[in-house]
Amino acid sequence: MNSTTLTDDQLDEFGKEMDAIRQRVMSELGEEDATYIRNVVKAQRAFEVAGRALFYLPPAWPLAVASLSISKILDNMEIGHNVMHGQYDWMGDPGLNSRMYEWDTMAPSENWKYGHNYIHHTYTNILGKDRDIGYGILRMDEDQEWHPYYLGNPVYAFLLMVFFEWGVALHDLEVENMVKGKRTWEENKALRAGILRKIKRQTLKDYVLFPALTGPLFPLTLAGNATANLVRNIWTFNIIFCGHFPAGVATFSEEECENESRGHWYYRQLLGSANISGSKLMHLLSGNLSHQIEHHLFPDLPARRYPQIAEEVREICQRYGLQYNTGPLHKQLGSVAKKIFKMALPPKKADTASTQTKVSVGDPVAA
Amino acid sequence: MSIVQNLLASRALEALASPHGVDRYLELVNPMWAAREVRARIVDVHREVDVAGHPPVATITLQPTSTWQGHRAGQHVQLGVEIDGARRTTRVFTVSSPDSRQGDRFTVTMRANPDGLVSRHLVEAEVGTMVHLSQAQGEFTLPDQVPDHVLFISGGSGITPVMSMLRSLQRRTHRGRVTFVHYAQSPEHQIFADELAEIARSGYGIDVHLLHPELGDPALSPPWLERLVPGYRDVPTWACGPAPLIDAVQKAYADSDALQVEYFKAPVVSTGAAEGDVTFTRAGSTAANTGATLLEQAEAAGLKPEFGCRMGICFSCTATKKEGTVTNVLTGETSSLPDEDIRICVSSPQGDCAVDL
Repeated sequence: MNSTTLTDDQLDEFGKEMDAIRQRVMSELGEEDATYIRNVVKAQRAFEVAGRALFYLPPAWPLAVASLSISKILDNMEIGHNVMHGQYDWMGDPGLNSRMYEWDTMAPSENWKYGHNYIHHTYTNILGKDRDIGYGILRMDEDQEWHPYYLGNPVYAFLLMVFFEWGVALHDLEVENMVKGKRTWEENKALRAGILRKIKRQTLKDYVLFPALTGPLFPLTLAGNATANLVRNIWTFNIIFCGHFPAGVATFSEEECENESRGHWYYRQLLGSANISGSKLMHLLSGNLSHQIEHHLFPDLPARRYPQIAEEVREICQRYGLQYNTGPLHKQLGSVAKKIFKMALPPKKADTASTQTKVSVGDPVAA
Repeated sequence: MSIVQNLLASRALEALASPHGVDRYLELVNPMWAAREVRARIVDVHREVDVAGHPPVATITLQPTSTWQGHRAGQHVQLGVEIDGARRTTRVFTVSSPDSRQGDRFTVTMRANPDGLVSRHLVEAEVGTMVHLSQAQGEFTLPDQVPDHVLFISGGSGITPVMSMLRSLQRRTHRGRVTFVHYAQSPEHQIFADELAEIARSGYGIDVHLLHPELGDPALSPPWLERLVPGYRDVPTWACGPAPLIDAVQKAYADSDALQVEYFKAPVVSTGAAEGDVTFTRAGSTAANTGATLLEQAEAAGLKPEFGCRMGICFSCTATKKEGTVTNVLTGETSSLPDEDIRICVSSPQGDCAVDL
């Protein structure tokens, strides 16, 4: 069933154009990409060591926190997220390999890769399949049925932001499915053990060992490490929420995506994602997830390539009359915040049809 | 182990460096510092043989990090280099120098075949280049107590492990008798020629026989061996070389326990179509190649490999291809590297192929 604004042939052509970009970039990968990611790793390690060291100088506390925060953001976004996508597997470097890499957050890479690379990237924005729509705790789409529980939407979102790395770690337990009886506590045994192990290591390092190494400054260092983790949590939460939740981003039903063609998959990735415009530094700190559209079209291409191909993707979208959702950070964030509040309330019966975010996708309700 | 080495490999430091590991920090300060990994700096590249029109043979001297635990003569090592500064490629090479201890320098000797990506890179490498190593591996080694009479049979590049053994015996001042038989294409192709000539001249119970069957020397056969070493089937023997030589040796020894062999595995190269067999090494099963993706073929064979998107984006199904050529069904790219990580959901084999599933 084709409920898109394109004909089957157009979808096919669209897919081929995307495949061509992918193939071209793949064939160009080489020393530049390797040097780039190695330099980012070097910078991240340098910020980390500097941050840890500066805690010995109490007046430099804010600087230490800033340095450690940058380190954690780089580790999480431009390195961790992208390396675990397999973007650098072609380098054959075990230190940058998706099967070996472990990031500096509470979530074990093994669980995250399953939930993110497979479930989220394959079933992007398909209601009932993509567990990243609201992460099982928020209502982020009109087609999610309203329940009085969702009156707390803004509060849950705020808590998720503050404790984001914990949220990501627990996400893989699929608590919402356990509540619905679709998943048993037993099934989660191995997952729980892995999460617990990772949490222990992270906690030991940031909240015991490094503070202890600074002796009498223990409380200051502990607070500093906690702050750096908080800064990283807030930043990554905001970047990630701008990826799929701004107004105008489409969601899809399972029926629409049955026996999906490659062209339709690209189409869904494009309309299900949104970019953030901004400076080079912003792109770096977001792990180039500011190019969420390009990332979802080509999740295994090194992220530094996304800005290079964005122009071309945009031009193709224009030709096919497809929306390319982008805007500055404050605009996308504002739009996400508005949605979080709006979705807390039950749908107003009169305007459900007119405010459908799906209008741009050729209204599946009418199709 | 030094105090520093103990500290670097300590659990306390590991906990501080979690989740990346101590080595990920050390390597950025000095590539020769390591807590667990083994790396080495190339300190010398020496051309052994350079016959015009033939691939050169070179000996590379390596200074390993102090994490190198040493090797026993006859063992090999996995050696990885960054091709074009980006793609690390790993191959196995035999150590040619005598037994080494922790952190000792050692040498590897290799022929730079035209399709030998790593060996071609190494023979041209500049002194100072860093390479990645495994610890020494392999069971083709001399025992601690060397028997009174040992026989070495080698062919072509197969001389390397045997040379390491011979050198070790000399260093261990072995008092017994050694018979050394080596087959080469011609005297010009003979590697370690000067050293072997010196050994032959000075004697010390080592009989060196360098043979060139293409120039009329006798090929290996039971009567010939019997004449050279009467009762050879009971003499502890180490043989290394190309498959035809090893086949001949194995036939000559029937099922004698005295023989130990090591082969060179010739890479399996594409036959260009959905023919040949697909082997799943862990399951120990083989099936005719249908040309479908390896994931589909594995499932058809009753295996349940891990998978996710089935479209090449999520890397859930990544597995190690041991040998053979695969085509990426998305890009049409083919690759024939042994021990290569591939996404089985988008890889279809061309001809014979073995996957670690």
